[in-house]
Amino acid sequence: MGQRPPSLQLPSLTDTQQIVSLDDFSGKVVYLDFWASWCGPCRVSLPALNRIYAELQSQGLVVVAVNVDAETEDAQAFLARYPVDYEVLLDPEGNSPADFEILGMPTAFYIDRNGVVRGVHTGFRKNDEQKVRATLMELLNE
Amino acid sequence: MKRLLLILLLPLPMGCATSEVQPWERGYLAKPEMQLNADPRESALQAQIHYSKEASSGGAGAAGGGCGCN
Repeated sequence: MGQRPPSLQLPSLTDTQQIVSLDDFSGKVVYLDFWASWCGPCRVSLPALNRIYAELQSQGLVVVAVNVDAETEDAQAFLARYPVDYEVLLDPEGNSPADFEILGMPTAFYIDRNGVVRGVHTGFRKNDEQKVRATLMELLNE
Repeated sequence: MKRLLLILLLPLPMGCATSEVQPWERGYLAKPEMQLNADPRESALQAQIHYSKEASSGGAGAAGGGCGCN
């Protein structure tokens, strides 16, 4: 917290040839979310994040979701049921969650426009949607 | 011979010494076939029938048994 996040470079789910890096989003507020298809709360968080993304995208919000499923088909099946419009990256090896030292699933990092980690959100409950939206709006208005 | 036995047995304990499963590595463990009890409802029904037929309860788990109060 208060520091730059570890570097992240992963292939995109929609086009695995395309490598996405966190540096691509400088100047934007990034909500970096680690999730998996087997993660129960992720069934709540992905649709909620998609709503927040739809609302705040125009203000400079980027949602980057890192999928840590060992099998990419599991992720695709999950996204067929819970479709999202934001960027999904693939990390079947699970190297990036180790770099970020996450303690639970899902875990998300708030990264401000200067590329600094400003907060961490672990787990996801129904009421968390408002909290996440409020925190992101604060960062967007800075 | 002793040395050969030692060499053969040495990997055995090492095979079990896996590191802790990290929060993002639970994918395989979360699969239905990995559950201790594949169908909890079915086994609850079986237990219900067993207890009623045997006029007993408890003994199948850590709780209950003996006092007849549950």
